[in-house]
Amino acid sequence: MYPSRFRYEAPRSLDEAISLLHDGGDYVKVLAGGQSLVPLMKLRFASPELVVDINNVPGLSYHRAQSDGSLHIGALCRHAELERSGLLKTTQPTMAAAAPLIADPIVRNRGTLVGSLCHADPQGDWASVVLALGGSVVASGPRGTRTIPLAGFVTGPFQNVLEPDEIAVEAVIPAAQGARSGGYLKLERRVGDFATVGVAVALETSGGKVIRAGIALTGVGGSTIGATEAAQALTGQPLTAETIEQAAELAAQAARPRTDHRGSADYKRHMVRTFVLRLLSRGETAETAERAA
Amino acid sequence: MTIVYDDHEGQITDVPVRRIRFTVNGEKKIAEVEPRLLLAHLIRRGLGLTGTHMGCDTTNCGACTVLVDGRPVKSCTMLAVQADGHEISTVEGLASASELHPLQEGFREEHGLQCGFCTPGMMLAAKALLDENPDPSEEDVRWALSGNLCRCTGYQNIVKSVLWAAAKLRAEAGEA
Repeated sequence: MYPSRFRYEAPRSLDEAISLLHDGGDYVKVLAGGQSLVPLMKLRFASPELVVDINNVPGLSYHRAQSDGSLHIGALCRHAELERSGLLKTTQPTMAAAAPLIADPIVRNRGTLVGSLCHADPQGDWASVVLALGGSVVASGPRGTRTIPLAGFVTGPFQNVLEPDEIAVEAVIPAAQGARSGGYLKLERRVGDFATVGVAVALETSGGKVIRAGIALTGVGGSTIGATEAAQALTGQPLTAETIEQAAELAAQAARPRTDHRGSADYKRHMVRTFVLRLLSRGETAETAERAA
Repeated sequence: MTIVYDDHEGQITDVPVRRIRFTVNGEKKIAEVEPRLLLAHLIRRGLGLTGTHMGCDTTNCGACTVLVDGRPVKSCTMLAVQADGHEISTVEGLASASELHPLQEGFREEHGLQCGFCTPGMMLAAKALLDENPDPSEEDVRWALSGNLCRCTGYQNIVKSVLWAAAKLRAEAGEA
């Protein structure tokens, strides 16, 4: 399989990349890791006239904590770097849990978190993680830079709000107000498959109570689903068997699964509930241990 | 590399071709490629290195795995133009003129292949693992090879082969 013919540019600065996109005509695509875009181009689901490869743009490979406690992930930071990151292991339990579950180890060497967010696949794992953490995408274009909360960034399956001449330059995870806990669980038929069901839970706790909660669902709807009612039900509450049960039920209700070759709608909804229970029960255990200590 | 196009009479087809410089198995190369050419095709057709296999062509199977700057990459899912300025290693680069690489020996000793189609990709993914972690556990090996599919062996002997190679490489490093 070959992509259809396209013009290719590999700019060496962000400004150059933006001006290429701006002057690039009707159908332009930014190429970073290419682990979704290249397959789509080979299948001719995507046939851009111009591909702007940003791999030669310096200074986009980072992931780092700022002094205000926020985490910034550059457009060329590969999944593999996040998988190996000590920073994530010590400060971002939900991200650290998800990183080794993205695609397979070879794809993780090329693919990027920011690219995954832009691709907006309803079965993309990072979108759920970043949504649960209340993260944003920073986009640069000819009219300047803007920060777009992920909840408003993805508008539907494979759709985002970026203008054709904008580049997503980084993702930002806000600083935690309390102690972070949480995780990501993914049901897949085999390693490297898309999620049958994925659940991201991101909690911040203080004084025995949840002060911020984020729950997001992968693969059980037309786009990434934020289970906001489930998250709200936890906020201000301690993690008890009752609050956990209630949140799991609300999350399952928020799912919009369809029966397909990966499983029935009922099974997927059941797995959402199970995963939320498991992830929150871990938090309960941690809290209990903390109080006992 | 020669590219042949349909001649639409009177219409001149404007084919964008880019010149790239890269290294394959330590040898410097220059190629002129159409941007849509995949790295796998540059390797197989342009360089004639057919040890890199095309399996699924959909980023699933890992048969086309090569090393780009030492990291395993599925060469069916990278454009050839993106190799510009980078070092590519293929299975042909593993053995020296006189001896097999310990990974190749390991696959022979432990019967790590049957049809052999996935083997080049397996060995390159394994090489990247052993370069980073000379003493991997069985779990480490299985994890590192989880992007490479084998339909013959059930993976058991592939894992043994990699562990065999790891032990040999450690012994060699100890002697040196």
